[in-house]
Amino acid sequence: MRVKYVLSEVLVGLWRNVTMSIAMIITMAVSLTMLGASGLMYRQVDDMKDLYYKNIQVSIFMEQEVSEQQRTDLQTKLDSDPLVKEVIYVDKAQAYERFKSMYQDAPDLVNAVKPDQLPESFRLTLNNPEQYKSVYDQYKDTEGVEEIVDQSRLLDKIFNILTAIQNIALAAAIVMAVAALLLVANTIQVAAYSKRREVAVMKLVGASNWFIQAPFVLEAVVAGLIGSLLGLVALVAAKYLLFDGSLSALQGLLSPITWGDILFIFPLMAGVGGLVSAGTAWITLRFYLRV
Amino acid sequence: MTKTYPKASRPSLDNVSVSIEKGEFVFFIGPSGSGKSTIIKMLLHEVAPNKGRVVVNGKDVTSMRSWKRPHFRRSIGCVFQDFRLLPNRTAYENVAFALEVIGKTKAVARRVVPEVLELVGLGGKEHRYPHELSGGEQQRVAVARAFVNRPLILLADEPTGNLDPDTSIEIMRLLDRINRTGTTVVMVTHDSNIVNQMRRRVVEIESGRIVRDQARGVYG
Repeated sequence: MRVKYVLSEVLVGLWRNVTMSIAMIITMAVSLTMLGASGLMYRQVDDMKDLYYKNIQVSIFMEQEVSEQQRTDLQTKLDSDPLVKEVIYVDKAQAYERFKSMYQDAPDLVNAVKPDQLPESFRLTLNNPEQYKSVYDQYKDTEGVEEIVDQSRLLDKIFNILTAIQNIALAAAIVMAVAALLLVANTIQVAAYSKRREVAVMKLVGASNWFIQAPFVLEAVVAGLIGSLLGLVALVAAKYLLFDGSLSALQGLLSPITWGDILFIFPLMAGVGGLVSAGTAWITLRFYLRV
Repeated sequence: MTKTYPKASRPSLDNVSVSIEKGEFVFFIGPSGSGKSTIIKMLLHEVAPNKGRVVVNGKDVTSMRSWKRPHFRRSIGCVFQDFRLLPNRTAYENVAFALEVIGKTKAVARRVVPEVLELVGLGGKEHRYPHELSGGEQQRVAVARAFVNRPLILLADEPTGNLDPDTSIEIMRLLDRINRTGTTVVMVTHDSNIVNQMRRRVVEIESGRIVRDQARGVYG
């Protein structure tokens, strides 16, 4: 009976103050969606870093008029460099082949370029991609070297942007969480006020503290859980509409977000939603109910 | 015991010592602000004395932790001047509520509540709401709620304050009947008629001190 009593009190409580309940649930949902998105992004960025940095290359382009001697010297130096894992030499013909396949959709461009216009180059795979700088310093003044290009520079920019988006989502989640928290506190105060007679009688006849507080706390927890469910729906919709929809062109670039990732993040959202609500409600009651 | 409220210029109760035996019927009388209600609050563990001890049912509750209070309250029934009934519940539900919130089952309530409503003379009016009952009848519901758990002590804080003389006498008869079952009754009142008619122990308090403690006393 007590469980049934508490549950019916929870539903009556949410319904009694339905506009406030809805506001509370919506803010909670937005906050938790942001939290979930931020969490997904975090995993996403991690995955992508693994994927991209593993395949990263440093290219050393040679001058057009590089001599045989300069090339062999460089090759020997690179082969014995402890920073370098692997060296591939790309001559003018190979560079042209690559160029042709890369721009096969633009035959005009391909026709305009002749094989000996493209520089020959060394493609290096580094033992540690982050040591690009020392490789650059070491070879930039070597004779015959025209330019050293590092892919990780470009990647760093992309990842900086992704990290910024992730931080913005997290900041939005926190700001919304504060709003949700205040709404929970307010809702609980209103609920406690509208039930003040019952609470007074309960205290008088010796109802235990948890029995007096449980309906209020659970009311907030239920709102938090509904909010996290809505957040889950929002994330699913975002995946469906954005990643699989309008952003699907970027699929090769972004590592895919799986349904598993979303299901994995849901317990986090539900846990945060439930616990934050319960904590807020409990603290509010301590000030407001003085049981 | 002594109780001084913060910001008060003089103690609400000044070195008061009173002992009430099991099964007694005691009136606390005195002008407003004399400290009568503070005694009730101490018995309920709502306030603690600054000096001295409060012993209820043989247990020292002076320094009882607040989380033990709910269980302690179950041995004390309370009736107030303003009835304190729940307006959206019937007489039956008001009494049953008191049982259910301390963990008694609905089956227990179904057995006990009609019995106690019959005892207070409300047989047949179980399903009336408070606003459908007279003041006296509402106070009977409150008494039924206080007594349904068979407490050892019944505290009544001016239970007749809102009632006319005839109805007051009926409520007093009811409290007297409850007292005869062995329940200790402690009643705070201003009502000289009632005190004079009942001829029970009277403790008079003035400015926080006991000025009279008389068995079979009158209002004076």
